[in-house]
Amino acid sequence: MSVKNDTIEFPDELLAFIRVWKEKPGNLIMVLHKVQEEYGYIPREAADRVSELLEVPLAKIYGVITFYHFFKLTKPGKYNMQVCLGTACYLKGGDTLLEELENLLGIKTNEVTDDGLYSIEAVRCVGCCGLAPVLVVGEEVFGKVTKDQLPGIISKFKK
Amino acid sequence: MSTVHMKINGTPVEVSSEMTLLQAAKTVNVNIPTLCYHPDLPAWAACGICVVKLENSPKMVRACATPVAEGMSIITHDPELHQIRKTVLELILSTHPNSCLTCGRNGSCELQRLAGEFGIREQPYEIRLKDLPKDESTPSIVLNPEKCINCGRCAQVCQEVQGVWALEFVGRGEHTIIAPAANLLLDDSPCIKCGQCSAHCPVGAIFEKDQTRNFLNAVNDTTKKVIVQIAPAVRVAIGEGFDADPGCVCTGKTYAALRRLGADVVFDTNFAADLTIMEEGSELVQRLTQGSGPLPQITSCCPAWTDYMEKYAPDMIPHFSTAKSPMMMQGALTKTYYAEKAKIDPKDIFSVAIMPCTAKKYEITRDDNMFASGQQDVDLVLTTRELIRLIKASGIDFVNLPDEKADSPIGMYAGAGTLFGNTGGVMEAAIRTAYTLVTGENMKDVNVTAVRGMEGVKRGSVDFNGTEVKVAVAHGMGNVTELIEEVRQAREQNLPIPYHFIEVMACRGGCIAGGGQPYATTDEVRLQRISGLYADDERSTIRCSHENPEIQTLYKDYLGAPLSEKSHHLLHTTYQERKLYKK
Repeated sequence: MSVKNDTIEFPDELLAFIRVWKEKPGNLIMVLHKVQEEYGYIPREAADRVSELLEVPLAKIYGVITFYHFFKLTKPGKYNMQVCLGTACYLKGGDTLLEELENLLGIKTNEVTDDGLYSIEAVRCVGCCGLAPVLVVGEEVFGKVTKDQLPGIISKFKK
Repeated sequence: MSTVHMKINGTPVEVSSEMTLLQAAKTVNVNIPTLCYHPDLPAWAACGICVVKLENSPKMVRACATPVAEGMSIITHDPELHQIRKTVLELILSTHPNSCLTCGRNGSCELQRLAGEFGIREQPYEIRLKDLPKDESTPSIVLNPEKCINCGRCAQVCQEVQGVWALEFVGRGEHTIIAPAANLLLDDSPCIKCGQCSAHCPVGAIFEKDQTRNFLNAVNDTTKKVIVQIAPAVRVAIGEGFDADPGCVCTGKTYAALRRLGADVVFDTNFAADLTIMEEGSELVQRLTQGSGPLPQITSCCPAWTDYMEKYAPDMIPHFSTAKSPMMMQGALTKTYYAEKAKIDPKDIFSVAIMPCTAKKYEITRDDNMFASGQQDVDLVLTTRELIRLIKASGIDFVNLPDEKADSPIGMYAGAGTLFGNTGGVMEAAIRTAYTLVTGENMKDVNVTAVRGMEGVKRGSVDFNGTEVKVAVAHGMGNVTELIEEVRQAREQNLPIPYHFIEVMACRGGCIAGGGQPYATTDEVRLQRISGLYADDERSTIRCSHENPEIQTLYKDYLGAPLSEKSHHLLHTTYQERKLYKK
């Protein structure tokens, strides 16, 4: 019923998902998950659109997406380098991997390289402690990673 | 109503089963300390200072959010609880700046009072202050996240009571702040400037934009003639600043205080409230009898409500009365009609309005219609709280001032005008005059009790000599959606209109509990202030706006008739659809 800002067109599949969930309790987080799956983060325009479709105030959406670390407010790099800092990985030197990655890529954790290719994220346990320390890039998991292997791993993701 | 039997500190009591432990303790004269709790809002149990012990249980529970139960036995005060509460306070103080002396809430801060009562003399915990910028984007309130203790009252009142959702908890843990969505400033958010957040904040984290300096500068400027008007609701609350009971009618003392502060002329917004009734009432009669606009007609004197409507319900714009608020009418006439009569150049007038409201600070420049005189019609708005501070700082013994009168020719008011300050009051005033306009005779009993009282939505009908006029009244912004939906549904389904006239005020109880009124407003205080206004009305020899002799002279000498071309130019405005989020 109100004047709108710039809008984003959701793909049909996402719209169908929202239609299914619209009347169900707990729908906001489910829908936000799906939106992040689609865009890699929650763009402002997407939050506006969810607000409109679910009839939920935008402030409430931001309350949720700033509370849960899972939700991202900025676009990650094409290759998001996730360094595990769960207990096992931390003890095996996860923090030194993080530091070395920051040096190699010239960005801090939660930042994106200028070419938009890489970003670094510190994550909690990814569920394969036997392989500690672990680095996850996209769907690919690297186990028992050492500092020296990092340049090689980075060069695998160039395009 | 069922009751339960319980013990409070060993004393057996029988209390209503609907009470919380906090309320039950009050019945035996025990005050449990609270900080995040506010009687206007659902218990939130955020701060933890109200913990009490349950006998035969290792658990401690929060009294604000725990219902009473049969056989329950609680301890509200003992040395251990005292220490726990003190620790809660010390932890809050470790993230709160020690800037009491330069804070707007010095002397009225609830955290400061508790720190005093608990005898906090040192800060045992590491100080971790937030380093965040102030949000001064709106003309009405200032958000200072450094002072915020995350009690959540502002977000609750903004969301649950007002239905605005400008504020929300953002972030988590110790990095949580209360702010608008998407890192935006308040002015870019749906904020309607009602200021209920500032009225409910226990500390100085949300505060009215203090403009007392602008007033002092104006009275100091010898080239300026300072002309002040006071709103209806100010007179029944200002006394609270000087230890009078809420509802004490201090009209004459307020005029006197303003003159001692340096005002050259003192008018009363109640005069323009009578004028609003003439214009808005005539507009209603035109819509009823000539179909000049859609029904129901909806009142538009509350700037927080008009801002809400423009953002949340722009389809209601054609229903809005085009009549300006009394404040803006008074301002326009001050710089035209009065300036001509008194032979003053309107450029030399500094027009000030004392208001119970923070949104009024926004209204004075909301669009070009607020410059109808060719100048800015109202130059400055001060809230009741700001005026109280000015009076105190100027050494004026308010309580012992003589009662003075307002100046002519736009200072006199009928009882109807004073009712603008409380919920149902505009409706009652309008009915008194519209009845006469339609039937040609005055109502036998001018008290319209159907629209009085504190219910969030009130519905009633008035018999206009055989014609039934259906009316509804909403207060507390969130309550308006119910009425808007009824109007929309009737329109969409081609049903008969549910009402002819709707009154809306953004704040619960009306302007008497506006965002700029003295602190510690509860329903009890609201009712006292409202009785003050009804008493002011009943004391008036003239009860109806159309019988105010100064109003009659104004039409005869200057405006011609209600809704004349001149009236339209000076006294009416327009509304426009606005974005919910500017950015």
